[in-house]
Amino acid sequence: MNLGTFFQHMTNGISLGSLYALIAIGYTMVYGILRLINFAHGDIFMMSMYFAFLGVAVFGLPWYIVFPLVIVFTGLFGMGVEKITYKPLRDAPKISILISAIGASFLLENVATVFFSGLPKVFPVPEIFARVIKIGSVSIQVISFIIPVVTIVFLIGLLYLINKTKTGMAMRAVSKDYETARIMGIDVNRTISITFGVGSMLAAVGGLMWGSKFQQITPLMGIMPGLKCFIAAVIGGIGNVKGAVMGGFILGMGEILLVAFFPAYTGYRDAFAFVLLIVILLVKPTGLTGEKIAEKV
Amino acid sequence: MKKIISLTVASLLMILALVGCGKKEAPADSNVIKIGVFEPVTGANAGGAKWEIEGIKLANKLYPEVLGKKVELVIVDNKSDKVEAANAASRLVDKENVNAVIGSYGSSLSIAGGEIFKNAKIPAVGASCTNPMVTLDNEYYSRVCFIDPFQGTVMANYAFGKLNAKKVAIVQEVSNDYAVGLAKFFTDSFKKLTGDDKSIVAVANYNTGDTDFSAQLTNIKALNPDVIFAPGNFTESAALTKQARELGITAPIIGGDTWETQEFIDIGGKAVEGAIFSTFFDAAKPATSETEKFIAEFKKAFPDKEPAGVSALGYDAYLLIIDAIKRANSADPEKIKEAINQTKDFMGASGIVTLDENRNAIKSAVIKQVKNGKFEYLDTVNPTK
Repeated sequence: MNLGTFFQHMTNGISLGSLYALIAIGYTMVYGILRLINFAHGDIFMMSMYFAFLGVAVFGLPWYIVFPLVIVFTGLFGMGVEKITYKPLRDAPKISILISAIGASFLLENVATVFFSGLPKVFPVPEIFARVIKIGSVSIQVISFIIPVVTIVFLIGLLYLINKTKTGMAMRAVSKDYETARIMGIDVNRTISITFGVGSMLAAVGGLMWGSKFQQITPLMGIMPGLKCFIAAVIGGIGNVKGAVMGGFILGMGEILLVAFFPAYTGYRDAFAFVLLIVILLVKPTGLTGEKIAEKV
Repeated sequence: MKKIISLTVASLLMILALVGCGKKEAPADSNVIKIGVFEPVTGANAGGAKWEIEGIKLANKLYPEVLGKKVELVIVDNKSDKVEAANAASRLVDKENVNAVIGSYGSSLSIAGGEIFKNAKIPAVGASCTNPMVTLDNEYYSRVCFIDPFQGTVMANYAFGKLNAKKVAIVQEVSNDYAVGLAKFFTDSFKKLTGDDKSIVAVANYNTGDTDFSAQLTNIKALNPDVIFAPGNFTESAALTKQARELGITAPIIGGDTWETQEFIDIGGKAVEGAIFSTFFDAAKPATSETEKFIAEFKKAFPDKEPAGVSALGYDAYLLIIDAIKRANSADPEKIKEAINQTKDFMGASGIVTLDENRNAIKSAVIKQVKNGKFEYLDTVNPTK
């Protein structure tokens, strides 16, 4: 293939990869701090897109007002989900909370199907995002430039939050030992709520970017990205934010390059993610950053 | 005490289970004729099926009785999924005891349900499913629309004749029997027309539900085809047309009957301007007096919507069954099936229906284009039989 086509593939790959990375960050953060794989993350991502749709199409507000509102609202929504589905099970065995997460996921999907119908809706893309820039023979949507930038910005913001703020310190303490943190006077409930809030806000940002890039929303659209971003987080070492970004890029680029170089295997592009998961679990189960989870005796 | 309670609960549950299942409903109440509507109400194909169901409901409203008995529609949701389709079909024949079935939008789903209808000996009439396998070797399945060998040829002729295409790239929804079948028939036809075995320069695949086609389209862009043929569900097709335009592909993109839904234009926006596809029917060219009746009723029920091809076909499928019941003078599924299979020159809203030896309708195709956010009529192609 010629250089132009290759560059086009690379741009597509980076665009998709940063999208996966953005969503994986939220997944991995919740896991890192709460040791909970929030299967409903993909569905919170989906709900944020519907909130944006409601804001623009139903309430008629301009996008630059709706988008920040959606991020905040989804954060609150995520905190609400946590209060209802995870808080009551905080002292229960980990498996109960996992099942509750799966239940929450199904609930959100079906509630969305009932309220918004199964038919796809058009995401309200801001005009400037939709424009296409041509560089030589390579065509890139403006949104494809914005997504990696947004991902890096939020990554830096999150790292700052976790490492340099008091709240972040509380989060890290809770992740190490939640009982002791409580004894030490940390408001564990508040910390966990904030964790979920931030995670859901990240999911919302991912949702807004995804909606702007692919422009259509359906109630079940969160399943595949949710699963793939979970895999991305695992590949990078679940619990490690930088690892999640790495994992997201590996997955996104890998998927695009698979289709680019082996067009006959396009049907297997989703399977690629799962194969990668199996390989990583067999070869390096703690992920590329080797995030070790100490077993408590 | 605990043991007694648990034993009571267990025995209650057992009794409930035995009562709940097993008892087959008594054969259809002879004052009501039940017609099953086997369609995807949810899932990927729901958008297209919605208008087919509305067409059927409209027909039921206009013709609610036959042979002095009331006709009741029983709608089941096959969820655009082949496994669910089998379940839904079983429910229609085992639990609901329908006399006949209409459906499904989505040939894969019809094929999945076909075996069950055949074994239960219940006649099924497809409205818009065009893959030939639906009726092949199944004397209980018939349809009021044309089949894909014809539709593929229509589009191939159009690409070759009107668009002067020498090289075509195909982007097909590989998990959809309809899309794969149509692509194959188009390919065979086009290769014969150009006499060039290499005139199909690429065949790219995607799965139902995919949102990203950039990789496949980038490869296709490099091959510079004159036309892209993209049979598949309207959601994915609209998205891929958009992405093709964003990548700078300017070649005309053409497809099949699944594109004729309002959502195709909503999702595709400006990108699908100029898209050309084949379909069953055009409201501006009424084929029969029944067409005018159908259009009038449709406009009354949906004043700001254009009657879609699949609505007219759903309407016709219902009318065909009613007509067959009249001809057979009985609501017995076996007799209905016999009458259906002998249908000749039936006046439907979508045209005159005559079933051939494989129970497929011999009908014309209409070619339409998206112009200014609306579907515009381009041409009619008559079958060459």
